Amino acid sequence: MTTMTPPTGTGPLARREARLAWGLLFPTIAAVALVVILPLLAIFWISFKPVGLADLRPPEMVVRADIRGDAEAVGDEITVRYRIRNSNQDKTISGVTLTQAWPAGLDPQEVDERCEISGGFIRCDFGDVEGGFRDQIRIPSIVGQDFLDSGGDLSGEPEVTGEADNILTNSEFTLENFAKVFDSDEFWGVLGVTLFYTIFGTIGALVFGLFAALLLNKSFRGQGILRGLYLFPYVAPVIAVAFAWILLFDPFSGSANALLIQMGVTESSIDFFGQRPLALIMVTIFEIWRYFPLSFLFILARMQSIDTDMYEAADMDGASPFQIFWSLSMPQLLGILSVLFLLRFIWTFNKFDDIFLLTGGNAGTRTLTVNVYEQAFAIGNIGAGAAVAVVIFCCLLIFSFFFFRYGNQEDGL
Amino acid sequence: MSALRFGYITGPLLGALWMFILATTISVGMSLVTGDPFKPYLWLSFFWGALLGYGAVQFPNARTVASGSVAVAFILLGFAGFAPIEVGETTSTFSSAFSWILLGTISAYTTYVIMFDCAVGALTRHEFEAAVIRFLTGLGYIFFTAIVLIPFFVMVMTSLKNQSELIQNPLDFSLDLSKGSDLFRSYIELFTDFNFGIYLWNSFYISVLTVFITLLFAVPGAYAVARLRFNGRAAFSRSILLIYMVPMIVLALPIYIGFSMAGLRNSILGIVMIYPVTTIPVALYMLQGYFRGLPAEVEEAGLMDGLSRLKVIWKITLPLSLPAMASVSLYVFMIAWNEFLLAFMLLDDPSKFTLTRGIASLNSSEIPRQHLMAGSVVATVPIMALFLGLERFMTKGLTAGSVKG
Repeated sequence: MTTMTPPTGTGPLARREARLAWGLLFPTIAAVALVVILPLLAIFWISFKPVGLADLRPPEMVVRADIRGDAEAVGDEITVRYRIRNSNQDKTISGVTLTQAWPAGLDPQEVDERCEISGGFIRCDFGDVEGGFRDQIRIPSIVGQDFLDSGGDLSGEPEVTGEADNILTNSEFTLENFAKVFDSDEFWGVLGVTLFYTIFGTIGALVFGLFAALLLNKSFRGQGILRGLYLFPYVAPVIAVAFAWILLFDPFSGSANALLIQMGVTESSIDFFGQRPLALIMVTIFEIWRYFPLSFLFILARMQSIDTDMYEAADMDGASPFQIFWSLSMPQLLGILSVLFLLRFIWTFNKFDDIFLLTGGNAGTRTLTVNVYEQAFAIGNIGAGAAVAVVIFCCLLIFSFFFFRYGNQEDGL
Repeated sequence: MSALRFGYITGPLLGALWMFILATTISVGMSLVTGDPFKPYLWLSFFWGALLGYGAVQFPNARTVASGSVAVAFILLGFAGFAPIEVGETTSTFSSAFSWILLGTISAYTTYVIMFDCAVGALTRHEFEAAVIRFLTGLGYIFFTAIVLIPFFVMVMTSLKNQSELIQNPLDFSLDLSKGSDLFRSYIELFTDFNFGIYLWNSFYISVLTVFITLLFAVPGAYAVARLRFNGRAAFSRSILLIYMVPMIVLALPIYIGFSMAGLRNSILGIVMIYPVTTIPVALYMLQGYFRGLPAEVEEAGLMDGLSRLKVIWKITLPLSLPAMASVSLYVFMIAWNEFLLAFMLLDDPSKFTLTRGIASLNSSEIPRQHLMAGSVVATVPIMALFLGLERFMTKGLTAGSVKG
């Protein structure tokens, strides 16, 4: 008699369920792989490439064909002209050929040595063409009756072939991008600015979020309105509020300056977004202003799920309001606060739009993310931008390690 | 701290601080609304506030009398030059008197509220802290309301004025109502000369498409992660979050290169392809949290009765999760509507701009500021209206799916 054992391995039902699960997940995985994983791999690839903004447009041959002279009667002499050039000033294009249908009834008098006309086609072979190359091919011809009958013009566009060495796909690698990123004195400044912005932005948003949540953690008339109102900074488009801030703190026509001068706080107007280190403080304040609603929302939700019996018991035992807050509420909120801290820390670290819109990374506010844009698009060195992006990604991996190590899944977001 | 716990110290102390806070608030408010100079007077605020605070603990039953008499007193003091709010020479008599009455009434009333139940003599720790908390609560309401409202106030008012008026007096946000519809000139110009109608429409349908595509991908995915058992479920659940943490600017660079090569740059198709991918992870995460909270028994009953899994999702899970769907849709719509970076990098052709990209194009020295602000208002108002209308869903959905009690 065999002993009964619980079934091991996966049965057909479980396999079917897993198949269905993967089927349901497949579209998401495919889309995410295409737009997240692939670009991430690409950015690693590019970061080892000496590539600039101008290299993105691959070099190609540009050809224009036209006819010089009037073809009005049989026997007129006209010239077929091909103007050909390499669109790129530096890169060589190899194996360049040109092909076009040769119009019937047009009798070529003298054919350029690079070209031949046969079987109703003209074929030209230019071999390897250097950067900045430009040339003309002129073929004087006599007009025949067939040519006049068919409209007296060339038919279709000339076809050009040729292969250029594409910097993105060839096997040329360099460590120069990383060397450039790490060698510059700027890098450590940028890293410092990023850390300041991230740490104070995160803590500030949490503290203000906690304070706002405490304010609204009681029911009174108008509580709903205030809650909606306090979410405004988070909901409004960043570009709208960023420009409103710029206008509000403008050194010449800003209301904030006018107000401060009127109140006698300052003598002359302050350039809030234009001088170190005030600009960095201002963008950090903006970050706090914009994201305190998010922490407020989560903290409030957690507060409202705390059992009120406990508070009543503490009240009966004579605990004062501050004691209740410190000893009862805070321990319960620590979970959500730590998760929020980790998440906000990562998101603030990743933030680009806010600083880009407020200062453009000037006046000592250039963070790593703004540096990616600066290197890649302002300076036009895509490779260096990608190298900075890789640095960001590595920091991110470290952070997410901490997140999954210490972010409690039960309490998790 | 215990040295402070006497009514005759706590009262004047909180009263003094509170008076200064109120005087500052009302001065700022009046300055912004009328454009005339108002300014809080630090030492006079402290003096009158302390007196009021002492009165509130000494005569705790005189709240109504105090409100009236302080208002009258502040008017008289104001004309004599001793009120906590100082006015300039150009300030009109009416608005000065108004600010003093306002300050007198509010300060007296609220000081009594703060010092509620506090005696002149020794206070228990409980009473003392309750008074401090009421003080901080008042401060909190004023502070948060002010910092949230002022930027939006400036945005709206600037859009209704013109540049020369603003440079002349940056504080003057009073509106000249006699101008009538001319007040909205910058809005009219935006829609006639700057194609904002097209941008609005582009933003709208791109956002709606993004919502649909996101749900199409995220609902099955979220269901699979929440309900079905398969190897790698936990890892998958975590990697969703991990993907949500990849910064957009890191992806934007290769996407820009890829789109440039594929000819998708500068096309709405490209934008519609890329936006959902940025929102699918968060939508999936929110939805799976909600699906987990639904009772599995209902679905099992459906399965027993012969429905297939897909039918169960369609006929049972989806109708049950309509509130979550609403909040996820709203959130995704908000992300797509507010998205700036990708639109800025990928769109160059003015006929394909979204609103955020359109506003960015207004940011030049040749275009007056009120157009920029009018554009900002045009972009802000729809999302605000939508959000305020559906705020309940939004707050619930954002938090309920994720935070477990």
